[in-house]
Amino acid sequence: MLKVTNIRNDFPILKREVNGKPLVYLDNAATSQTPQQVIDVITDYYHNYNANIHRGVHALSQEATDKYEEARAIIQRHINAAKPHEVIFTSGTTHSINLVANGFSSLIKKEDEILVSAMEHHSNIVPWQMLCERTGATLKVIPMNQEGELVMKTYHELLSPKTKLVFCNHVSNALGTVNPIEEIIGAAHKVGAAVLIDGAQAAPHIIADVQALDVDFYTISAHKVCGPTGAGMLYGKEEWLKRLPPYQGGGEMIAEVTFEKTTYADLPHKFEAGTPNICGGIAFGAALDYMNHIGFDAIAAYEQELLTYATEQLLSIEGLKIYGTAKEKTSVISFNVEQIHPYDIGTILDKLGIAVRTGHHCAQPIMDFYKIPGTVRASFCFYNTKEEVDTLVAGVKRAKSMLL
Amino acid sequence: MSIKAIQEEIIDEFSMFDDWMQRYEYMIDLGKSLPLIVDKYKTDDNIIKGCQSKVWVHAELEADKLVFTADSDAIITKGIIAILIRAFSNQKPQDIIDADTHFIDEIGLKEHLSPTRANGLVSMIKQLKLYAVAYQTQLG
Repeated sequence: MLKVTNIRNDFPILKREVNGKPLVYLDNAATSQTPQQVIDVITDYYHNYNANIHRGVHALSQEATDKYEEARAIIQRHINAAKPHEVIFTSGTTHSINLVANGFSSLIKKEDEILVSAMEHHSNIVPWQMLCERTGATLKVIPMNQEGELVMKTYHELLSPKTKLVFCNHVSNALGTVNPIEEIIGAAHKVGAAVLIDGAQAAPHIIADVQALDVDFYTISAHKVCGPTGAGMLYGKEEWLKRLPPYQGGGEMIAEVTFEKTTYADLPHKFEAGTPNICGGIAFGAALDYMNHIGFDAIAAYEQELLTYATEQLLSIEGLKIYGTAKEKTSVISFNVEQIHPYDIGTILDKLGIAVRTGHHCAQPIMDFYKIPGTVRASFCFYNTKEEVDTLVAGVKRAKSMLL
Repeated sequence: MSIKAIQEEIIDEFSMFDDWMQRYEYMIDLGKSLPLIVDKYKTDDNIIKGCQSKVWVHAELEADKLVFTADSDAIITKGIIAILIRAFSNQKPQDIIDADTHFIDEIGLKEHLSPTRANGLVSMIKQLKLYAVAYQTQLG
């Protein structure tokens, strides 16, 4: 059982007020809040051992390098990667996806096909469109149904020996749908295609075991799992990371440089050019430690309880419609109230101290599918409470009475 | 009436409200009651891009004054548009170019005009001023 009161005490920001009201933070799918334990790690870094890594002979540099590599090992254990160098530090999921897309430019040919799901974040659509523009390959879309689930039958029909890559999120950011990635990965491998799973929205709720999944690439952003912004990771199978060319040139990623030829460093440094977000990487590890200490099973069980409660309570409001009603969902509710623009509801909720996201959630194709301008999205974290759900419901009712 | 005088009038009206609820209710009423734009001008060309709520603006010169009509699919945005139109429409282009928008701060709606707020109002003001510049050039 989660002790939510104790947990809330770990998050200083949850004590603040917004517009004179206690903050009710329900925008966790955009970014999660940071516990004191992680803030302390960030402070400790700058107080005690801020230095550049992997190149200094002095004590501080060695300490920073050790902590950074410890963080890599924490991430490796968390996702059960076979080797630490299969974990590449990046600035986040967008960076990770671009790294892979760029790497595949030299491997993809004109007649190849790339499959992408209909419920992707723009960051998992645009890099592939750019890749297709560069290579002449064709981008095909795995469709979704009204419930916000992928149409798996069509997926299997779309797969062919021409398919070289499949991209899909583990969990949809706009709808909360948990996608059947085991089936997606298994079927793709049968036709010889590689699979990248965007785990940005799944990471706060589900542990992905990359070996059990047999996934080729998996990405996580630190700021969705109680860590800092600007840090994240790309998991890649060793064989793939060896095949892909480097993404950016610079220091750290080289073995030897002359003006005639440069040889690249081994993994993971080949993909980590320049001075990385050292503090961010270390704090990323600390954030995963924090969440594992609470326990992902307990987190998932509690969040499902919040999701069920919030769904029931919101549906009691007349004219409220929820988008994304998949059987398997994380604690995300996208909704609209009849005849009211989501932006208007979001504005009134903000005045009441309630933080939600409004708009298309960087997933415009989903909004086009439902023929709506956007939604209001409330996303719950393990530090949210049923009382906060009640505040949200009361807020939506108040907004409705003001706006209609 | 000059833009400045109208702005003072709006500030006066808003000073009667005690809290945000009343200010917003007033704006929502403005948004609901005003037909702001003729349907034929609600075209994609007249949409200000990159906003969460759609904002349409149309400008027409009547004698030496510029008349604006506008609309939005979000009601609060529409209410603020109504206030902006009241201040800037039916004015000489040069006066629109010279006008400032500080009165939005004074009526407690500053957050809506933050450049990072994705409601299109900052772009809308820019668009009003661009129209004014264009018509000013035309007038010579």
